[in-house]
Amino acid sequence: MTTNPLIGAGFTDPVFQSQSAFRALLAALSEPGTRQVVTGGIAPPDGLHAATATALLTLADYETPIWLPPGLRDDVAGAWLRFHCGAALVSEPGLAAFAVIDGASSAPLLADFNPGNDQFPDRSTTVIVQCTGLDGDEAVTLTGPGIANSRLISPAGLRPGFWAEVAANNDAYPLGVDLLLSHGDAVFGLPRSTRIGEAI
Amino acid sequence: MNAQQTWPADDASPAYNYAYLDEQTKRMIRRALLKAVAVPGYQVPFGSREMPLARGWGTGGIQVTAAIIGPDDTLKVIDQGADDTTNAVSIRRFFEKTADARTTEATAEATIIQTRHRIPEAPLRAGQIMVYQVPQPEPLRKLEPREAETRKMHAWAEYGLMQVKLYENIARFGEVTTTYDYPVMINGRYIMAPSPIPKFDNPKMHMSPALQLFGAGREKRIYALPPHTSVRSLDFEDHPFRIQSWSAPCALCAATDSYLDEVVIDDQGARMFVCSDSHHCETRRAQGHRGTMLGDAATSGLVDPSPSAVIPGDRRETRDPFRNPTEQGSGMDPGSALRSARDDDAKVEAGAKS
Repeated sequence: MTTNPLIGAGFTDPVFQSQSAFRALLAALSEPGTRQVVTGGIAPPDGLHAATATALLTLADYETPIWLPPGLRDDVAGAWLRFHCGAALVSEPGLAAFAVIDGASSAPLLADFNPGNDQFPDRSTTVIVQCTGLDGDEAVTLTGPGIANSRLISPAGLRPGFWAEVAANNDAYPLGVDLLLSHGDAVFGLPRSTRIGEAI
Repeated sequence: MNAQQTWPADDASPAYNYAYLDEQTKRMIRRALLKAVAVPGYQVPFGSREMPLARGWGTGGIQVTAAIIGPDDTLKVIDQGADDTTNAVSIRRFFEKTADARTTEATAEATIIQTRHRIPEAPLRAGQIMVYQVPQPEPLRKLEPREAETRKMHAWAEYGLMQVKLYENIARFGEVTTTYDYPVMINGRYIMAPSPIPKFDNPKMHMSPALQLFGAGREKRIYALPPHTSVRSLDFEDHPFRIQSWSAPCALCAATDSYLDEVVIDDQGARMFVCSDSHHCETRRAQGHRGTMLGDAATSGLVDPSPSAVIPGDRRETRDPFRNPTEQGSGMDPGSALRSARDDDAKVEAGAKS
């Protein structure tokens, strides 16, 4: 998988690139299902979408363990995150503050990550799900905080049963993981407060 | 953006980061904000930093604003509705200095509105962010002083105690006597302190199109309301929630739908009611609305009654028609004097020295 063994550059202007990326992420999670472009102007390492890499560069540091699929962890993406974020890469999904998963792979399940606990639901994992596209597949309806009535999204390249997992995640509210669906330089936010329904 | 990138190059500039906080602190606050948005109304603990002004003066709101503000933002800061009181002026100057921020007094032009104790009268729009300065984020604290216990009450949604408190109010006084920081239920799950805004403003939070962020610096908590989130003020079927109302309109701009401050204007018990939202009041006067006391002032020759003579931002002449013109340089208008007198937070000129 390794094509370029060197660690690529991170932000050239960390203060303003991370600020604009954060505002996109804040908009994504406060208005679930709106497409937000997370621009950092960086070339992501192999295996990470630009939005994924920019989000982690913006949010992760030595306080936040990251879970990566083993193929990425031992590759240049893992080295890139260790170098730029100073973050520990963990092999146990339940210990991660941030995680990157491939939407199509069958493991780990969303339930394998940390849902927080009843007194501290904020300690849950934020899971970045890398898709093959943010539209074009089965449509689902989103309702809940941040959504005026309802919103339709149809991201592509998600494993069978993914939406049932997201619905189960919402059932445990206020516990649960928060999702960012990423492809290219754009994301959808899908916090645990969002309810999933079938498209009408 | 280029101007910001080269900004610290000036040797005279202070040796701190854009928007004062270091990047690691901003990341920590940003992570807390994202979790707060994902669980509306839940108080996320965060590592509140020392700021160049004392805790209790809005350090929570300042840290939230510092973590979100960027070169594209326009900042408005209000204190009890007014743009021109000490706390508001100091915080606005702080961000002008540390973040090179564009500032405004116009609600519609602002992308970030940091506030102490009011929501502007002009309706908020999608894309705006309200940042509240919160002295006490825990709505249950006066009922249960132990943090370990209130945390369990939130965890298990054991909110009976709050209903009992409201019931005892009604049993004793015939109505709920809480008029500010009136507890609200968020998204049907968490009881939240809306910060000490008057209960008049509670309905504005419900399904607001703007994102609302709350920062409590001394208590080290951040919480949030995403847009279009249900905010229900607690009440009973037979004692429904009601907001304040006034028998008189604003004495300066004749508004009947805004939150009014009562101002005592002499030692004979005479009083006037004026809009607490200074920008709202000025806008209405500029549009030609005239309150009764503004009219009195015009006939006495103290102010020019023509709309063009009302200078936005300068309320010394328009706000206090009874002061001797020769004394005008001496101090605050009666509105801010009243506000200062009843402030629960100590207020001094904040640390951003010029």
